[in-house]
Amino acid sequence: MALSKILPASQDQYVGARNIIINGNVACSQRATSATSITSNGYHTVDRWNVNFDGSALSHKQEQSTDTPNGFGYSLKITATTQDASLDANQNYQLDQRFEGQNLQQLKKGTSDAQSVTLSFWVKSSLTGIFICAFNDLDTSGQRTVSGSYTINLANTWEYKTITFPPDTTGAFNNDNGLSARLIFCLAAGSNFTTGTLATTWEASSGGVNTYVGQTNLFATLNATWQITGIQLEIGEVATPFEHRSFGEEQQLCFRYYYDSRFGSNDGGAYSPGRDAQYGHVRACIAQFPVKMRATPTVSIQSGNANSMDRFGRGQEQCFPKADNIHSDQFQNIVKFTDSGQSTTTNWTDNGLYINRAGYKADAEL
Amino acid sequence: MNENTYTDVVRHIPTGETVANNVSCKINGEPACVPMDNGNRHWAEIMRQVEAGELTIEEAD
Repeated sequence: MALSKILPASQDQYVGARNIIINGNVACSQRATSATSITSNGYHTVDRWNVNFDGSALSHKQEQSTDTPNGFGYSLKITATTQDASLDANQNYQLDQRFEGQNLQQLKKGTSDAQSVTLSFWVKSSLTGIFICAFNDLDTSGQRTVSGSYTINLANTWEYKTITFPPDTTGAFNNDNGLSARLIFCLAAGSNFTTGTLATTWEASSGGVNTYVGQTNLFATLNATWQITGIQLEIGEVATPFEHRSFGEEQQLCFRYYYDSRFGSNDGGAYSPGRDAQYGHVRACIAQFPVKMRATPTVSIQSGNANSMDRFGRGQEQCFPKADNIHSDQFQNIVKFTDSGQSTTTNWTDNGLYINRAGYKADAEL
Repeated sequence: MNENTYTDVVRHIPTGETVANNVSCKINGEPACVPMDNGNRHWAEIMRQVEAGELTIEEAD
């Protein structure tokens, strides 16, 4: 009988869940599968992937595309819908994933045993050239950053890339649920960020100098595209095959940061449970989130011009409902507000003689 | 403008409580309730804008 090779426990990268990235296969997209003319920071399409501009925004389109390398269902596609061949010095475009410090303790950052981490991903772009990724520590005073480059060799062709970030013996990540770090894919950068020598070892952030040296400007060409999927960040100096989690597992991880219960619909997850026997009114509405969220979330109910709850098929009432008594695992009431944000004296359902329902969304993103 | 826009920000005392622990507001025009929790990114941004003199929070009615 052949002997099996057992890896030593010190090789953390081969043990248990390897991928630190959530939604690395961009399969989960609660907000939208496509968004056009994006000019604001934030989360627009696939879960956990945030866009951040320094300086003036660069208008672009995001979409969850089915154009993928073999073995993946989706990619995130970004199209430059505005052209800016001469960026301002302080301008850049960053696609990032943000991490809680308590999920990065295995990096042992700030100790003599600090670990390397390796990033791997599939990428495709209509432009060839050098692109930069950065790992940014926000816990250390003044911040610290390390960068790595990859080259798009062939236009419009899926290519597999890996970058290893060296260990950092300076500055530990906080062991809590706060924002500690960002993994950044840069798609454009002005001279404030491209000056100097690329920081391939960790260094104190200094206004972006050394961070994106050599970066290709995706926005120099109108309708240029950049796509990515299969994103994995793992301990060690070797990229292992992408860790495919089930869609349900990935979605559960995303729910910690954002949950959409048919927001915009009048048939969502917030239901009044029944009428109060004494007063004939429903007095509360408990909406339980599917998982405990990272922090107490911002809750929005309904959307657009309606701002209305549905009296279970008997018509809608405009009442500007807002969540009340919000916790990280639930909210316990809905209060009627005026359009200007002042609360009224009534609960959501006090004036209604019907059982009510509404969609909502809860946002605890970093 | 790259950041979210916050308007009609009003402190709100939740049902059954005696002190405000959230604000009613509109985020980019969309009604929302933001908990006064430093771990919440919207509250952190509201406080940054308040401290910069760019935003005022109305007291609870």
